[in-house]
Parts: sequence; C-alpha cells; structure tokens
Amino acid sequence: MKEQVMKGVFAAAAALSILAVALICVFLFANGVPAIQKIGAADFLLGQTWKPSNDIYGIFPMIVGSVYVTAGAVIIGVPLGILCAVFLAWFCPTKLYKVVKPAVELLAGIPSIVYGFFGLVVIVPMMQSLFGGSGKGILTASILLGIMILPTIIGVSESSIRAVPMAYYEGSLGLGATHERSVFFAVLPAAKQGILAGVILGVGRAIGETMAVVMIAGNQPVIPNSIFSGVRTMTANIVMEMGYAADLHRQALLGTAVVLFVFILIINLCFSMLKRRAD
Amino acid sequence: MEAMNKQSFKERIAAYRRNPFSFFLAVLVVLSAVITLTVLVALLVYILAKGIPNLKPELFEWEYNTSNVSMMPAIINTITITLMSLLFAVPAGVCSAIYLVEYAKRGNKFIPIVRLTTETLSGIPSIVFGLFGYLFFNIYLGWGYSILGGALTLSIMILPLIMRTTEEALQAVPDAYREGSFGLGAGKLRTVFRVVLPSAVQGILSGVILAIGRIVGETAALLYPAGTAAQVADGLFSSGRTLAVHMYALLNEGLYMEQAYATAVILLVMVVCINALSSFIAKKAGVKA
Repeated sequence: MKEQVMKGVFAAAAALSILAVALICVFLFANGVPAIQKIGAADFLLGQTWKPSNDIYGIFPMIVGSVYVTAGAVIIGVPLGILCAVFLAWFCPTKLYKVVKPAVELLAGIPSIVYGFFGLVVIVPMMQSLFGGSGKGILTASILLGIMILPTIIGVSESSIRAVPMAYYEGSLGLGATHERSVFFAVLPAAKQGILAGVILGVGRAIGETMAVVMIAGNQPVIPNSIFSGVRTMTANIVMEMGYAADLHRQALLGTAVVLFVFILIINLCFSMLKRRAD
Repeated sequence: MEAMNKQSFKERIAAYRRNPFSFFLAVLVVLSAVITLTVLVALLVYILAKGIPNLKPELFEWEYNTSNVSMMPAIINTITITLMSLLFAVPAGVCSAIYLVEYAKRGNKFIPIVRLTTETLSGIPSIVFGLFGYLFFNIYLGWGYSILGGALTLSIMILPLIMRTTEEALQAVPDAYREGSFGLGAGKLRTVFRVVLPSAVQGILSGVILAIGRIVGETAALLYPAGTAAQVADGLFSSGRTLAVHMYALLNEGLYMEQAYATAVILLVMVVCINALSSFIAKKAGVKA
C-alpha cells in the first residue's frame, strides 16, 4: 500500500517538469500570440521600426541584433573553447589540470550581471579608446558573450574529445604523425558531433543572455550598419521595457518573448537530436 | 600516454623544427588556454581591486536608504529566496530522479518525455522564466510582485540541474547495495530511503550547492516576478530584491558605481565559495562511490 502511494508520489514529481514546460508554453503563447495577430505577423516580424509611442511594433532589428551578437560570440568563443578543450584533454599536465579545470568551472559560475558590469567598466572603455565612438555595440557584446559561452563549449567538447577511443590516437602516432597532428587530425574529427552539440548549447546560451548584453550592446532598436554600431537584442528589448509597458506595447514585448522562445526551442531540438546521435 | 612520448626538451625542439605545423598547433592550443585563464584572472583581480576599497560599513546597515545604499536587505532577501526555492525544488527534483532511476522500467513511454522536457527546461533562458513567473504568479494568480513568486520561478529553473545531479548520484550507487538490502527482506521504499539515498547524499548535495550558486547569481528571472523593492521583504507576498537584482538596480540608476563595485565583490566571493564547496563535496563523493 505505502509502496504504491510513494511510487505515485515519485511519478508525480517526475511529471512536474512536463507540467512546467506545458505551463510556460501555454502562458507565453496565450499572452504573446494575440499581439502578433493584432499587429500582423509580417509587420511584427519584418517591420523595421520599433516605436511604442506611435504604436509601431516591428521587431526585425531586434531579431537581427540577436543573430549578429550570437554569431559574433560563436566566432570568438568557439575556436577558443575548442582549442582550450584540446589543451585540457591532451596537452595539460596533471598538476596544471587541477588548477585550470576549476578555473573554467568558475567561469561558468560567475553571474551574468557581474560579466555585464565587467564589460561595462573594462571592455567598453577599451573599445572606446581603440575604435572611438561609444564603445557599446556588436563587437563589444560579441566579445563578452564569447567569453560567457566558453565554459559551456569547453565542458562539452572536452568530454566528447575524451570519449574518443585511445586507439585513434595511437594508430595515428604509429603511422608517424606527431602528437599535435594525431590530436587534431585523428582524435578531433572523431569527436565532431559532440563538439557540435556543445557549440549549439553555447548558441542557446548566447541568444538567451540578457543582463550582460543589455549593459554593453547600446540597445538602439535599429538595424546596425557596422560591427561598432549599437544593437538591441530580443532579450534586451523585453527586459528594458517590460517594467513600464502597458496594453499593446506590453503584449508586443510578450510577442518578442514568443519569438525568442521559438528560436530557443529550435536550438534545443537540434541539440537533443545531435546529442542522441553522438551518444 | 606520457610514457609513450617521453621526449627530452631538446628532442622536442628538434621535432618541432622538422614539423613547424605541429609547433604552430601546439602554440595555438597553449595560447587559447592562456587567454581563457587571463580573462578569468583579469575579471577577478579587477573587480576585487576596485571593489574592496569600496566595502564600507554603512553598506551593511540593516535598513536601506538612499544615503547608505545598504546591501544588507538584499543579502537577507537572497538567503530567503534561496531557501524557499530549495524547499520546492529539492524534494521535487530528488523524487523525480528516484522515479527515473529506481522505479521506471526499461521501455517506459513516460521517460523519454520527461527527459525531453527536462532538457528543454535547462535550455530556456532566464528572461523567459522571469516572464513566465510574472504572467503566472503575479498576474494570473494575482500575487503581484512577491518573493514567493520569485522563489517558485527559480525552483522551476533549477529543477533540471537538481534532477540531473541526483540521477548521476543515484546511478553511481552500486547495485550490490540494492540487492543486499532486498536480500535482507527490505521493500523497495525502505531500500531507497535507507540504503540508496544515504550513499548518494554527497552527490546530491554538490548539485544542490551548484543550484544555490545559480540562484544567487540570477537576475533576469527574478526582476519581474519578485520586483525590485530595496527593503527586506516582510512576508511571502511582498516584493524584495536579491543581491544580483540589487546590483542591476544600482547600475540602472547609474548613481552608485562605488556601491556597485562593492556589491560585485560580495557576489563574486559568494559564488567562488559556493563553487569551491560544491566541487569539494563532489570530489569527496567521487572518492566514496
């Protein structure tokens, strides 16, 4: 009797995560989709002007902003992260590993608001003196986001590099290749699916990042014309205006969240599929 | 591996001379590790160096006002919200992990759905959690800005983390423990609570501490459900800001840079300690298992 009851309790707990995802979907879509319909899906998604005071809600600049900033983060974070994972898995002496590995984990634990603050007081002035202008923009945001996705990429890449059978390395070495060539041309290609999954996870992190981006991206709701011009991401749009928005403006922000959520769901789906294949 | 390519320094230089491309690759790898570490060290050193001189006693007074800009109420709110989130998330996460590892049979149709939703949950950005919390707790349930709504939002956010670490800890318990317990005539439930859970408790604990780290550093998910009141919340249904939200508010107002530096120091120190504690416990658990 007691056994059966507790089994039910455990099963109910397992169902909680399903319930949570269902609730999140229902509430986001129920509140955001009507706004998209009212504004018109094409005007909302492809409109280039965001002027809540005139009731014009086009989020195309924000979609572009999110994509640019995420792409920048990938360009900076992915090569650095993969090389760093190679270092941890194949180049790092055991003693050094005990320092570097926790350091990477700490990088993952630092709150995004602290990253944003660091960007604001260090990277932005640096950009100002190097390139002039306000210092806030795509490049600044990309650098900071590239740093922030490093631990994700390093973690996933390292474990998939380590999962490659030793025989690959040994075989290549036996054929006369150097240590470096063996690692890069025999081991790394065998780990590529796992690494790709890590990159996708990093993309998800970068596109969803809010607090750090809002401080250093400039937040102008226009399509940027250079890597130094300011952008507003979808996340920044929500967090900046939700506090005072009302009526259709508020619904338009929830619509922005729906678009962001759809992006995230697609990224998640890619990740799950790749992970299944890599396993 | 090390024994296989034991080379003296001279031999290595000679090999690299024959193979400049290998040398180039080696340099790239080491350089990227150096860059990563440099970034971390620069961040820590810069914030500590700028922030520690700004740690003044009035920042820790009990009451917040605009002249002392105290972070004490925010620290207290952080502790309350953390405890409340854990109160919901830990039992839920541990129970569902028990179901997945101990009860669910192979081929159970329920399991893939749970896995998929857990993965989805862990990929959702915190701003989306924040908006959901706002729509559900503040508006639909009519709680308004409340620390309870904030804590519940966070407990959904950390649920996948606790589930995953608990699952790993349970899977690390050898089957012999379970078989031994069954052999002595114990039922499933008794086996789980008396034998399996106690041997997995350290692994679970390290996951819980990791979750605390995420709660302490979270801003976007709390901003709208819990609001930004700068005082200690005087009930479950009143607004209160945590330390990370406090820092955001300071930066947003733009008047209190010195205090923001000091807050950053406190946040960093908390997160570093929490991380260290988590990996210390995880290591102990690893040795035991």
